[in-house]
Amino acid sequence: MQHTISVIVENDFGVLSRVATLFSGRGFNIESLSVAPTNEEGLSRMTIVTQGDAQVLEQINKQLYKLIDVLKVLDFTDGSAIERELALIKVAAEDDARAEVLRIVDIFRAKIIDVTPKSYTIEATGNPLKIDAILELLRPLGLKELVRTGSVAIGRGAKGWNG
Amino acid sequence: MKMNGARIMLECLKKEGVDTIFGYPGGTVINLYDELFNFKEIHHILPRHEQAGTHAADGYARATGRVGVALATSGPGATNTVTGIATAYMDSIPMVIITGQVPTPLIGNDAFQEVDIIGITRPCTKHSFLIRNVKDIALTMKKAFYIARSGRPGPVLVDFPKDVQMAMGEFHYPETVEIRGYKPTLTGHPRQIEKAVAMVLESRRPVLYVGGGAVLGGAAEPLTTLARTLSVPVTTTLMGLGAFPESDELSLGMLGMHGAYCANMAMTNSDMIIAVGARFDDRVTGKLSTFAPHAKIIHIDVDPTSIKKNVRVDLPIVGDVKDVLQKMLIQAEKSAEKVAAFTEGTASWHADIAGWKEKHPISYKQSSTIIKPQYVIQKLRELSDDDAIISTDVGQHQMWTAQFFKFNKPRTLLTSGGLGTMGFGLPAAMGAQAAFPNRQVITICGDGGVQMNIQEMATLVQNRLPVKIVILNNNFLGMVRQWQELFFDRRYSSTCMELPIDYIKLADAYGAKGFLATKPSEVESVITAGFREEGPVIMEFKIAREEKVLPMVPAGASLNEMVLNA
Repeated sequence: MQHTISVIVENDFGVLSRVATLFSGRGFNIESLSVAPTNEEGLSRMTIVTQGDAQVLEQINKQLYKLIDVLKVLDFTDGSAIERELALIKVAAEDDARAEVLRIVDIFRAKIIDVTPKSYTIEATGNPLKIDAILELLRPLGLKELVRTGSVAIGRGAKGWNG
Repeated sequence: MKMNGARIMLECLKKEGVDTIFGYPGGTVINLYDELFNFKEIHHILPRHEQAGTHAADGYARATGRVGVALATSGPGATNTVTGIATAYMDSIPMVIITGQVPTPLIGNDAFQEVDIIGITRPCTKHSFLIRNVKDIALTMKKAFYIARSGRPGPVLVDFPKDVQMAMGEFHYPETVEIRGYKPTLTGHPRQIEKAVAMVLESRRPVLYVGGGAVLGGAAEPLTTLARTLSVPVTTTLMGLGAFPESDELSLGMLGMHGAYCANMAMTNSDMIIAVGARFDDRVTGKLSTFAPHAKIIHIDVDPTSIKKNVRVDLPIVGDVKDVLQKMLIQAEKSAEKVAAFTEGTASWHADIAGWKEKHPISYKQSSTIIKPQYVIQKLRELSDDDAIISTDVGQHQMWTAQFFKFNKPRTLLTSGGLGTMGFGLPAAMGAQAAFPNRQVITICGDGGVQMNIQEMATLVQNRLPVKIVILNNNFLGMVRQWQELFFDRRYSSTCMELPIDYIKLADAYGAKGFLATKPSEVESVITAGFREEGPVIMEFKIAREEKVLPMVPAGASLNEMVLNA
């Protein structure tokens, strides 16, 4: 089962490598990982999408907490969070395909961010399933390049992660 | 007053109460050594290999309960400490390892003797630090010692570049330290403790399963009191030996792969396992699917990751084991009537256990012509001091020591349980002897492992550390040979040591005394003579070459499927 976990960490030397070492050393899987600083000085937030049953997830949580640099682990498996991902997609577009690409972009409320006579580059944002769906439609037209950020997630409601 | 970074480091160690360090000089720690030259408060011991220095710091920590400190230079000095660090990590030993590093502007340039030791040791340290600025030294060291000794203890590595050692700064040691991502849970949850006691008092076939956490957490006393108050039998892991006196009626001895029959039967038939600072290692549980099928499990551990890692747990209690056991005792004492009913209800359980004990006690067949290793261990127990500290290497002799020595006090057995490091015994004994110059320290080794750090004989002689080295010599890598005999059709691939070594001459070469026993009748006199010597001694026993460690649960078999005679 797929899980999205947010990890609040000290923005210290080597922290990414500690988390990555933990996952690889214990045989946990990382589907995607994104890291950037937060609004609080000295703290970064990692969003990790991983796979595993309840027992594996419990171990991942506990093992993450065991790292000295980890302040908080938020497990967003129960739908309590909003997830978004950004994708930059370069797609071949000539002749009839140009109009088709534009239609798809419109339906998904994506944006064209670069144009050449032979291609469009698209910026699409949404939950990962939406990104999968737009890719599904664009793939037959000829995907030239794809960059995905991996999921980021934030809890629903008025409260921040620490209250 | 301004001082250089090297001096600040030594002042930090002094503030942490460090009296002994084990270190090896080199290019990137030469400034530290220059400061050590006149720093009288810290006793420096020079091992002959950095791995041994790290094991010595580990042995010091295991014997005293304090943080062991090792020091090595960058590059090869640092990589030589890795086995020592991994050994300490697997057994949760508090240690601080200081490694020299090339000057900060050179880091990452593949400079001479540069290695990313923080990267190399990341999976086997509790935490690590690179000190980049002289003003960070004091706070970093405060954190390093705090992390090493608190919660589930472990080794912390501090990488200390040469230019930071040379830079000048002020020394202010912080009184307290606050690490926002590190708050170990030490107090057990009161409701969980209450529930635990109620669960135990409802059981009929309880057993206390005790691991190294009980020794590390200083919980031997409340554990013993609780076991006796409730009359619950106690089995320990290899690491837990000494936490509960084996002389006690309630002791079942060690459990697991080479554990006692009664201990493994008790686990398999129990309806209530109280795990105390133990982690359900595969050497303990045997086949997981058939492990303790009837038992409810209460698991007390300071490290939440140990709980539910390998086995299901009915009631977890995260906290310091000493604190939790003390509170369980108080809770039990509140309900004296229930305790009385409970102890009455467990009478038939005790009878079962007595039956198992009698049916297959830990035993061996004595010989009048060949020295049996078990006999040597028994004689060592008989002739050694009550508070003697024993270290071992890894293999058959380690299991015989665990089975036959009978440990009654915590911190009297120093052994590499988790990593299973050959070459650990001699340097660990060296560290323990440095901590306790007046106690008897004995290392029990095989002829394989003793060779792995034999160079430390020189350190023992030079520093007048009178460690008694016992070598059970079968001229085999015995434990692997045993597996080859049982599971590989006696194909002794590379386990025969071929070349016999004259250990008496070897002892002589280092300036120590050597004694040899080849017949059972000589065992006692050799031990007596060895113990009488004031300096370090080798006592070599030529033992039955193909003696096996029994009983044995074959790898992957259930705990109650023991090979008793083979």
